[in-house]
Amino acid sequence: MQTKDELITTLKKIVKPYVQDEQAFEHVTESTDFINDLKINSANLVDIALDVEEEFDIVIDNEAMERMLTVGSSMDVITRKLAEKA
Amino acid sequence: MVANIFNNRTSLQTFTSILEKLPYSHPFLFVDTLNHVDENGVEGRYTFPVDSFFYTGHFKQTPVTPGVILTEVMAQIGVVCLGIFLLTDALTDDLAIAMTRTQIDFYKPVFPGETVTVRSTKEYFRFHKLSCNVEMLNSRHELVCRGSISGMMKPTTYA
Repeated sequence: MQTKDELITTLKKIVKPYVQDEQAFEHVTESTDFINDLKINSANLVDIALDVEEEFDIVIDNEAMERMLTVGSSMDVITRKLAEKA
Repeated sequence: MVANIFNNRTSLQTFTSILEKLPYSHPFLFVDTLNHVDENGVEGRYTFPVDSFFYTGHFKQTPVTPGVILTEVMAQIGVVCLGIFLLTDALTDDLAIAMTRTQIDFYKPVFPGETVTVRSTKEYFRFHKLSCNVEMLNSRHELVCRGSISGMMKPTTYA
């Protein structure tokens, strides 16, 4: 399993194409909000979830999707789904 | 025979109920009929009335259907009609929709009075985002335009 640093690096790579605020993206922390800070729209938030599914080979359900609003909560969702799979 | 009649009537009712739920009206309703709809795609038609409002200005001397209108026809038939069908169980009356992405290539002009057929294939529908590959053919079965369109479709009330 990836370390926290590796996880955030992978997540940043997934999120990057959808980011509209590059400056905010340079200073990403776990509390960075996809919509409010990175100015990502709701449709691209879905793309991020689908890309996360593919990258980590996990399934994001509706409940998990609703929580994937920040970098930190997404890392939490990914970690849990990977643990369920293991 | 009886089964056939029943099936035809059922699909006709399905078409009618989809058209009734479309959130558009004149002069921005661009769906006349649906020929087919299932969970993987939809096919429908629209005829451009020669007195459509955009022909007086696009272009000044030569009326040609604007690409942005062709895109709207593809979105209304290919994405919104299909989305309404897919949401049928959850949907009552209110539907929040927003187009979120289009990528279209254009090949042939469409002139006043022409009838076009739109065919759409669902790429995916997840977390309220419907993404489709859509193409438009003219009455000579020539490709008019083709591309992908995505939108968010959410029922605002649940049955």
